[in-house]
Amino acid sequence: MLRNITIGQYLAGNSVIHNLDPRMKIIITIMMITALFFIDSFLGYALFFLAVIIIVYLSRIPPIRILRGLKPVLFLVMLTLILHVFFTKGGDLIWRWGFISIESEGLYTGFFMVTRILLLVVFTSLLTLTTSPLELTDGIEYLLGPLKRIGVPASELAMMMTIALRFIPTLLEEADKIMKAQMARGADFESGNIVKRARNLIPLLVPLFISAFRRADDLALAMESRCYHGGEGRTRLYELKIGIRDFIALGLSIILSLIFIIF
Amino acid sequence: MLIELKNVSHIYDDGQVTEALRNINLTIREREFIGLVGHTGSGKSTLVQLLNGLIKPSTGTITIDGLNITEGKTSLLGIRRKIGLVFQYPEHQLFEETIYGDVAFGPRNLQLEEEEVEIRVREALELVGLDYEEFKDRSPFNLSGGQQRKVAIAGVLAMKPEVLILDEPSAGLDPQGRQQLINLLEYLYEEKGMTIILVSHRMEEIARLSNRVIVMSEGEIIFDDRPEKVFSEVERIRQLGLDLPEITEILWRLNKKGLQVRTDLFSLTEAVEEISKELRGAEPC
Repeated sequence: MLRNITIGQYLAGNSVIHNLDPRMKIIITIMMITALFFIDSFLGYALFFLAVIIIVYLSRIPPIRILRGLKPVLFLVMLTLILHVFFTKGGDLIWRWGFISIESEGLYTGFFMVTRILLLVVFTSLLTLTTSPLELTDGIEYLLGPLKRIGVPASELAMMMTIALRFIPTLLEEADKIMKAQMARGADFESGNIVKRARNLIPLLVPLFISAFRRADDLALAMESRCYHGGEGRTRLYELKIGIRDFIALGLSIILSLIFIIF
Repeated sequence: MLIELKNVSHIYDDGQVTEALRNINLTIREREFIGLVGHTGSGKSTLVQLLNGLIKPSTGTITIDGLNITEGKTSLLGIRRKIGLVFQYPEHQLFEETIYGDVAFGPRNLQLEEEEVEIRVREALELVGLDYEEFKDRSPFNLSGGQQRKVAIAGVLAMKPEVLILDEPSAGLDPQGRQQLINLLEYLYEEKGMTIILVSHRMEEIARLSNRVIVMSEGEIIFDDRPEKVFSEVERIRQLGLDLPEITEILWRLNKKGLQVRTDLFSLTEAVEEISKELRGAEPC
């Protein structure tokens, strides 16, 4: 039952986009997203969309995966569209029924906002689709590096994220095991109303928490006995390296962003 | 109680397809004590979960007392009342505030009257050697690991199963705890008339307790016979990455060195007698 859960949406691959430095990818994403908010015409969106298509092509991600990633925002998109269409006034009257009316300004802003949301989601999902969670964590750690001086525990945050990611499959496996053990004792996790079901989860959750704490204790001990004392001066197995193509990617996106901002 | 598996296969499909069980045919009769052995990943755990209805076979049928449990509509609670399953490290499933509450979890799920539940909890705790009055109101989390395991096993015994399946019940126990567990299993089999399936890596336990040994490898049953027959296949057992019982190992080595001793003995006294008989005149020490 718990077997099919995947973490994040990373699709392993070996394309140009996959191999870009995660730091660069994060910077580019932030830059492009910011630029997206400066676009004020559908022509700009068309250009942005073209960029997205090129990236998707280069990354060899099946487009269907990206469309599937849009499902969670569908509700938000519909809501935005409806609110704008019915409540933004101005321009020509298109349709009226009683006190409800649709005006051209509303229609235009509605579709404009929806396009913006969709492009925003698609572009950020390009980052998570082509970058493994671990690379992302590494990238974030580096980028937060300068903030260490003002007391942001960047390495510790990254370590926390790494450990959390590492233990998701372990805990799922554990949950599956405990669930089976309780089912063997006649526990029922599948029927009853919501209150009853929540109560039925206690025999699963209590042992799961206990085992998580036990694992945390063990891990802390194992790390300390190998002299872990925070991120200071740690070296890593895989060094992040910035190459020429990272700068080319950065250059291209700077040019694009400037175009969006200026026009 | 009769458990019958016909052409049972099981395939896990999570990204890559793993064939955990391949065409298993098996009949388990009442009052058998079965030792189930095999290296890690041989399909033992999958097999015991199938017997309890926790997972369904990909193909094939499993009948318990004439009831086909692979069909959709069968009441699994009924199956679980008959077949008790003690998982590996069962102490990890404890969750209640009191030992009483935890042991009572199973019987309560069977919708029994509270009086009956109390009788069963008392009985189950005494069976595993924990004093009811002393332990019932204590928290299971303040016990030692060995005692926690006893409570967890009591939790399954309180459901009064006819068949008891234990997956590596002695893993991680100290010698004393292991001995107590062996005594308990012996008692349940001899006095309570239970059918027992014991999964274990400790061949001494298997050889001493069981009257039928099933050896699994790569999802298939390799041997299914009396223990003295199975453990006489020394070369094959080793090939499968399994150990021999210590006593068999010694007798077998002596035999290879030219001492004509029987190799199908599993108790220390019998082995000592056999060796000294062969050595003629030497006193058993």
